[in-house]
Amino acid sequence: MAIGVKVMKRPERQVSYVRAALKGMVLTFKHMFQPKVTMQYPEEKSTADERGTYTISPRWRGTHRMLTDEQGRSKCVACGLCPQICPANCIKLVPGEDEEGNRYPLIYEIDEFRCIFCGYCQEVCPEEAIHVGVHYENSEYSRDRFVYDLERLSSQVHPVSTLWDPSDPTGE
Amino acid sequence: MTPEFKGFLVISVLKMLVVFTVTMVGVALLTLMERKVSAWMQNRRGPNRVGWAGLLQPAADGVKNIAKEETFPAEANLGIFTLAPALAFIPAMLLSAVIPWAAPVQIDFDTHLPLIGYVSYHGRMAMAVADLPIGFLFVLAISSLGVYGIALAGWSSNNKYSLLGGLRASAQMVSYEVALGMSLIPLLLLTGNVGFGEIVRSQQNGLWFVLPLFLSFFIFLVSGFAETNRLPFDMPEAESELIAGYHTEYSAMKFSLFFIAEYANMVTISAMVATLFFGGWDIPFMRWDEGGSVLAALATGAFMFLKTFFFLFTFMWVRWTLPRFRYDQLMSLGWKFLLPVALCYIMITALAIWGIERVAGITAAVPKLGILFLLNVVLGYIVFFLLDRGHILSGSYRRGEPAGGAASARAAA
Repeated sequence: MAIGVKVMKRPERQVSYVRAALKGMVLTFKHMFQPKVTMQYPEEKSTADERGTYTISPRWRGTHRMLTDEQGRSKCVACGLCPQICPANCIKLVPGEDEEGNRYPLIYEIDEFRCIFCGYCQEVCPEEAIHVGVHYENSEYSRDRFVYDLERLSSQVHPVSTLWDPSDPTGE
Repeated sequence: MTPEFKGFLVISVLKMLVVFTVTMVGVALLTLMERKVSAWMQNRRGPNRVGWAGLLQPAADGVKNIAKEETFPAEANLGIFTLAPALAFIPAMLLSAVIPWAAPVQIDFDTHLPLIGYVSYHGRMAMAVADLPIGFLFVLAISSLGVYGIALAGWSSNNKYSLLGGLRASAQMVSYEVALGMSLIPLLLLTGNVGFGEIVRSQQNGLWFVLPLFLSFFIFLVSGFAETNRLPFDMPEAESELIAGYHTEYSAMKFSLFFIAEYANMVTISAMVATLFFGGWDIPFMRWDEGGSVLAALATGAFMFLKTFFFLFTFMWVRWTLPRFRYDQLMSLGWKFLLPVALCYIMITALAIWGIERVAGITAAVPKLGILFLLNVVLGYIVFFLLDRGHILSGSYRRGEPAGGAASARAAA
């Protein structure tokens, strides 16, 4: 064939095909006895801390969780910042006010299908109420189960992301 | 029909059933082994969910493949399209008929069977389905038929990738068939017989032929890889270039049949390497394995299994080590390297045998094979250290042409 292929000038021990092939075969044979790296998923799981072999990255942002105060009420004051900043427009908030003038959410719903898990809601929240969680097992049997209401968000117990620390907002 | 003929028929049918069943189960387990070996070589675990250590995975795959929908391309030639998997599968199974799987067994029986009547069998029974006196020629004839299945599959799919795969397969298998046949001529010169039984027997008396005929072994192994269309010679499939080559359009069990054919071919080639160059069922340094007892047959069968298994592992080992050849490299390796080396090797071995037997007058097996072994050490050095300097595989440029000459000429024009 008259294709102009650039010819590499290599040392002779490199151009021997048989010896190179044998070298490769020795390498693959060695690999057969090396430790396996596959995670056996349902039996082994990634953990948020350093306990297990497999750890979730500290940057992981999973499904949300609403923190509650000592009386079991959600910390949310229905200020409206999270639906405002949400780029996916997935947070539905209807504010309410009790007799003492405390604002609280009448309806607080997050559509986890629309959520892009940017974590802005956690960053913007002045009360540290809404958080993105370190959690990745979210399967459900129907689509409507993915609209998490206030009760669902408050009853989640998985650890929350600590990447954004309110006392250190610029990440220093 | 005489009782002897009936006995022969009964024994043959039994042997057929056993060989077919063992091969098919073995092929199923080989698909698992392939996945396991590939996983281990890549630091993975491989299938381990279905059954203990994934042993039932082939069964699950089989059920899935049978239950799947069969699709037919709209413009396909349906008759040939349906026939092709069978044409790939049948020669692969036929080949396993002539391989002696164990030492011959002494059998004597005269019994009355229901429906069949009086049957009898006396004498040594070869542990091959058909102990053909033309064993090796049969293998050459049948293994050439395997190309029909692949070429017709590629043609009838009416798909350009399949067609290219089929064409490549035809060219490749025809080319390497030549080197495959030629590589065995020195072996036939040594044994003076083409039957597999005789070839095994002549290795029992001296050395296994891998030592005195090392270059034959090497050429046969490489051609064997090409004949089975395994990496590094899997041109007909070539996932990254041709999608899946000749079986792009096949689905469900028809697709599986191509796979079964490939693995059955692997088994046959491995068994042939073991038989021709590694003494077949022979257990080294022992004579009792030729005694004809059932125990000896079982032991030699296990030994044959181990040898075959080692070469099956080698097939997988090579597949998961070496990258695919370029098509022109494949062709030049076959025609410009393997064939000339095989032809020269025939000449040299023939001269050496003539010299040793006629001139030097050595006819005892061991010294004769020992001298041939020394000759092979020298030839092996020449081939692997002097010839193999960028000559076995070469680029697509013409040797001697200045690099980039054609490209700069085109750029100037």
